[in-house]
Amino acid sequence: MKLLVCIKQVPDMESRFKVNESGDWFSEADLAYRMNEYDEYAVEQAVQLREQLGDSAELTVLSIGPDRVVEAIKKALAMGCDRGAHIQDPAVHKKDPWQVASIIAEYARDKKYDLIFTGMQSQDRGSAQIGVTVAELLGYASATTLVNFEYADGTVKGKRELEGGIKSVVRMKLPALVTCQLGLNVPRYPTLPNIMKAKKKEIEAVPVGNVLKEDSLSASNSFYPPVKSGGGVVLEGDVADLVDKLVGILKEKNFVAK
Amino acid sequence: MKALLIAEYRDGKLLENIYELIAFAGKIGADTATVLVGDAANVPRCSGTLYLADVAKYSEYNPELHKQLILAAVSKENPDYIVFSHSSYGWDLAPRVAASLKIAQVSEVVKVIDGNFEVGCCNAKMRRIVKPSTAKSVVTLQAGAFSMEGEPQGTPTVVALDVAGGGNVEFLGYEPAEAKDVDLGKAEIIVSAGRGVGKKDNIPVIAALAKALGGELGASRPVVDAGWVEHSHQVGTTGQTVSPKLYVACGISGAIQHLAGMKKSDFIIAINKDKDAPIGEVADVLVVADVMQLAPALTEKLRK
Repeated sequence: MKLLVCIKQVPDMESRFKVNESGDWFSEADLAYRMNEYDEYAVEQAVQLREQLGDSAELTVLSIGPDRVVEAIKKALAMGCDRGAHIQDPAVHKKDPWQVASIIAEYARDKKYDLIFTGMQSQDRGSAQIGVTVAELLGYASATTLVNFEYADGTVKGKRELEGGIKSVVRMKLPALVTCQLGLNVPRYPTLPNIMKAKKKEIEAVPVGNVLKEDSLSASNSFYPPVKSGGGVVLEGDVADLVDKLVGILKEKNFVAK
Repeated sequence: MKALLIAEYRDGKLLENIYELIAFAGKIGADTATVLVGDAANVPRCSGTLYLADVAKYSEYNPELHKQLILAAVSKENPDYIVFSHSSYGWDLAPRVAASLKIAQVSEVVKVIDGNFEVGCCNAKMRRIVKPSTAKSVVTLQAGAFSMEGEPQGTPTVVALDVAGGGNVEFLGYEPAEAKDVDLGKAEIIVSAGRGVGKKDNIPVIAALAKALGGELGASRPVVDAGWVEHSHQVGTTGQTVSPKLYVACGISGAIQHLAGMKKSDFIIAINKDKDAPIGEVADVLVVADVMQLAPALTEKLRK
């Protein structure tokens, strides 16, 4: 059985984002990168299935981006993926969701994966489009936002998370694609022996030009912080000072006795 | 200009978020038609045509069939925009419709600025304008971003909608939300812990602050997912929606799903190291500090 998990490398979301020179995305300077949080759950679920199936299965991890994304691929390999595919694209941020999905579908089409895992969205773009669009392009069944996943005998059974904590139980036959929600599992930390083993695993490099066949359907030329709507007070300084100010506010608002 | 609005129906009921879609259509000056896979006893108050597909036949969740139904309505209405809520129903279905028509999708629109669509990015810390390059486009709207002024009115002209076909995802039913042992909805003061508290061992520090203020302990999603706090304390879209008199967010960056669950609180204090965290957008007071230093000191002071 052939499995694919698609991951994205994103900046640490606690970073201060500065606008780049062309004004359309963040400046890469001074940013620390990590695997998109949702994708960690996708990798973990794919690895668990790979372990369940044993050596009859092969699990590929794919990522699109500049050379730095190899770090995220290596982490997924250390978590238990068998091989990597790096779609080399220094300007992936200029691609729209349709192009990104088309690139993945183009790469995957002749490989005939049985099951594809993605995160439900990325932390930086957050379109929640890529997984479903890949499935549509490949003609696969798909379901999004899984918080529970089971596989047996060619059938995926999962629970989708809905608003208000309700779940819907769904079932589909392979080939299929699932998008993974936070909390689906507990992503493992790669162990040192597995990190060493991962160094020997193959990472196929594919120039994006080989798999990019589509024009974009949407464009964005702007990136800016939100206009602050509230008239909130910002308190900064040393802790003792801040505590005094806070207690003052709590008293003034009658949340604590004066 | 015409917008085709996709209403939602769950567990035998029409969902109210259709009125957010109507508000959005008003904002862009579009006439509307609506699609609903539901039943005739639960139609929205709106104008224009309502394409009604029978939920008994098409199920509450069958993405392939619902997509075909929407595509059938699209070919009748020829809309400029096909509008969904950015909900578990909308984000699952919208890309299928967009891919079938090979048209742009703009996800989770928060605002319309001069006819352009503003969306959030980077965990809601930044914004972008996304412009469709195709004549038609699919749009999903952030929950709560658009609201109607006044009561919804009108009676739609109902037209039955049918397509042939099966579908490739089987819906087996719902699993109810876990029982709540804490009703945060009734609490007057809530002190919530977020990822910024660092580790499970630090939760008692936040619980102590909650106790010193006479409030309940709440939590953000990552803290619940990590098993630091029980799910019954989770505040947000998939947990409880709260509006206490005082909400203290400790080390919570303010993901939209969390903000949606607490932004109607009367007074919000946020304690966060990151001055740019989106929680600052809704906070009345943003304290820029490490919560693990500030919270114990504040508790100590309150106890005196």
